[in-house]
Amino acid sequence: METTTINNNFKSEEYFINMGPQHPATHGVLRLLLTIDGEIIKKVEPDLGYIHRSIEKMCERDSYQQIVHLTDRMDYLSSHINNEAVCLAVENALEIEVPERVKVIRTIIGELTRIASHTLWWGVMGMDVGALTTYFLGFRDRELINDIFEETCGARLTMNYNIPGGLMYDIHPNFVKRVKDFIAHFKTKLPEYDRLLTGNVIFQKRMKGVGILTKEDAISFGASGPVGRGSGYSCDVRKHHAYSALDKVNFKEVLRTEGDSLARYEVRVQEMWESMSIIEQLIDNIPEGDYKVATNAVIKLPKGEFYQKVEAARGELGVYIVSTGTKNPYRLKFRSPGFSNLSLLNHIAVGGKIGDLVASMATLDIVVPDIDR
Amino acid sequence: MTNEALQNLISSWIPELEFTEEGSQFLNITVQPEQLHQLMSQLKSDNETNFDYLFCLSGIDWGKELGVVYHLESTTHRHIVVIKVKTEDRENPTLDTVSNLWSTADFHEREVFDFFGIKFNNHPNLKRLFLTEDWDGFPLRKDYVDEINMVIK
Amino acid sequence: MNISLSITKNIHEWLFSIMPEGVASITEMVLIAVVYLAVFAVAGLYLVLLERKVAAWFQLRIGPNRVGWWGLLQTMADALKLVSKELTGTEKADKFLYNLAPYFVIVSALMALAVFPFTQEFQAFDINIGVLFLMAISSIGVIGILVGGWSSNNKFALIGAMRSGVQTISYELSVGLSLLTMVLITGSLQLSEIVEVQKNGWLIVQGHIPAVIAFMIYMIAGTAETNRAPFDLIEAESELGAGFHTEYSGMKFAYFFLAEFINMFIIAAIATTVFFGGWLEPSWLTSLGIAEAFPAIGVVWFVGKTLVIVFLMMWFRWTFPRLRIDQILTLEWKYLLPLNLLNLVLMALIVWLNLTIQL
Repeated sequence: METTTINNNFKSEEYFINMGPQHPATHGVLRLLLTIDGEIIKKVEPDLGYIHRSIEKMCERDSYQQIVHLTDRMDYLSSHINNEAVCLAVENALEIEVPERVKVIRTIIGELTRIASHTLWWGVMGMDVGALTTYFLGFRDRELINDIFEETCGARLTMNYNIPGGLMYDIHPNFVKRVKDFIAHFKTKLPEYDRLLTGNVIFQKRMKGVGILTKEDAISFGASGPVGRGSGYSCDVRKHHAYSALDKVNFKEVLRTEGDSLARYEVRVQEMWESMSIIEQLIDNIPEGDYKVATNAVIKLPKGEFYQKVEAARGELGVYIVSTGTKNPYRLKFRSPGFSNLSLLNHIAVGGKIGDLVASMATLDIVVPDIDR
Repeated sequence: MTNEALQNLISSWIPELEFTEEGSQFLNITVQPEQLHQLMSQLKSDNETNFDYLFCLSGIDWGKELGVVYHLESTTHRHIVVIKVKTEDRENPTLDTVSNLWSTADFHEREVFDFFGIKFNNHPNLKRLFLTEDWDGFPLRKDYVDEINMVIK
Repeated sequence: MNISLSITKNIHEWLFSIMPEGVASITEMVLIAVVYLAVFAVAGLYLVLLERKVAAWFQLRIGPNRVGWWGLLQTMADALKLVSKELTGTEKADKFLYNLAPYFVIVSALMALAVFPFTQEFQAFDINIGVLFLMAISSIGVIGILVGGWSSNNKFALIGAMRSGVQTISYELSVGLSLLTMVLITGSLQLSEIVEVQKNGWLIVQGHIPAVIAFMIYMIAGTAETNRAPFDLIEAESELGAGFHTEYSGMKFAYFFLAEFINMFIIAAIATTVFFGGWLEPSWLTSLGIAEAFPAIGVVWFVGKTLVIVFLMMWFRWTFPRLRIDQILTLEWKYLLPLNLLNLVLMALIVWLNLTIQL
């Protein structure tokens, strides 16, 4: 039985509660040790490692094509974007230029993944604050996207559609039509969801002014993605270090300055609109061409270090490869967005109540396999 | 700022640094462990460099030495620099913490301690992060042996 | 006791003819209690099924439809399962209090059902302080929750019980005051009298503006009394496991669970009786003469109106997010209570100046 040492300054009115590892609100196997005084939280300490699978060590013995298959088990809700990160790192290291068709398709599927992840987040967010119906509504739309993926990529969760050099197969003939149908359908649904949850006065009172994160703190804690943008920190990797076809599309980076939970919520909802706009700009003009470029069967990266950043649904995902010229990486490190986002939980939850902790944690949108790797 | 301008500015603070751009997209600086904290705080506070975003902190086992690699970015000037520090002591490696400069380093350094065994001076809470407290050994080191859990092809 | 409809009158006379008076009275009481228990235990089960179906329709799915035609036997199966479960208990729990707690809750719920008038002269217990009796009985239920949470020897249960105790005590004030606002029109606390007065039009129509405000406050406070969403953070699954009934299983858990649904029925029944005319049919139908021919049809009206209000409470649960405990208490003490007091004065003015609407 493991013993966990707690804060030495433990006053006698404070008591100590364990949230998790099995808990409906922690989105995965995460254990939070809370020190509480009545209803006010004094300290939050996350206990990680329940789903640690030593992916980084495994990468040191696997080939680069096999590593792609490991990445979508990390943040399984933005699996395509994780795959894309490793493929882009390898392609940039080998200085391969992939066809335009591949770039456009990767961007479209990446943005669809982002919408799917945000829809699931929205459903679970409502469930955490008590509106239990939103869970079903969120999943209903996610299932439509999963159907599109199943037809083209063959899988609904862990896509593995990317390989270093391009895509595994060409897109299905129905792909373009189904994506357009989905966008038309979803555009009627998002305003409905806004009326149901965003405009509700109970919801606003739960989220406004809760879990405030200033811009300096966001940068210092390494927050990225919607968490950073909710505090006014402009950190969208798609704007600053654009990849695939993202430099050819027009979209706005959604920023809010208040830094509370409601701001982070609004950033994500608005991002869904922006993603739809990106898909609409690309879906009609997918260039013709090959869907992959031939690479060697055994990929060996040249000696050196390579870093690739992408914007996953949760924030900035980084892949850092140190290669000595062999067919396995010498060291591969994943900079996961959830890891940095979780580290600020203690900072924003202290002084609030347990209900506020649940609401703030839902807006941080953490997926624990992403943190534990 | 361009890499050359950065190199000129930073080398004017501490002369013993090594600069290289080969084998990497960014400017790499290798610094000695004793001067690590001084260099880091100057990189953060100086207005022309203003590196306020530490986006990656990785531990590496270079075979003979153990090291840490810091990727820094500036949110105002948008330039990126890579700092590397190595220590030859494998029994009891110690480095200075940077968690008083960037709060994100708190969890990242705990992870490095967990997997490589590198201790950080003045860290607020240096405990293992992912593995249990009584775990023996440091798994991401190259000389780590574990017959039960590791499958080598 | 008032028992009506010649069947019951016959039973009453028959019992009194074959036994001495004291024994006959006691037998009569036991008989009525058993009938009520049986009817409302089953009714509670069907309310659970109704909740599951309504929840499913709101969430775009079907709900139980395998066990029995249209899922009608579903809760019977669930009740059988709960009865056959092992009664676990923690070792360090206070045994006597732990076992006693569910009984407070279920007994107070069933006692409150005794005073409702289901139709003309069909009421088990028609005392002249009917409304006060109802409010007093619902206060006893709080004891069960607090005792249950405390004696479970579990931090989560204790937090849940404390929150619930605070919430229930606060909202009882609002319930009581809004009911008292309506009593100003009727002039009597006796429930059958209240329904009689509504022969001139439902009380919510008679009292117009203050009655509508009183109804809205009553619905909010009533939902909070029964610990249902949006005030259900004591059993907020996403926060604390299962709140004060974490440590209960089997039949004891069934008591808590059933008591919640029967409480919901009671709140709806009080609303029906006091605001919406009880077992009376709408005034534009009296000319058809059905009610004079079949007095029993009053039961249908009563149950129908109650079910509409129950549906309204279920609608709230599946739409709104939940409030935090400090927001709940702020709502009561800073908003509902002053509003209630002002409303009471307004209603008093309207009754004194004879401005009620009489149909």
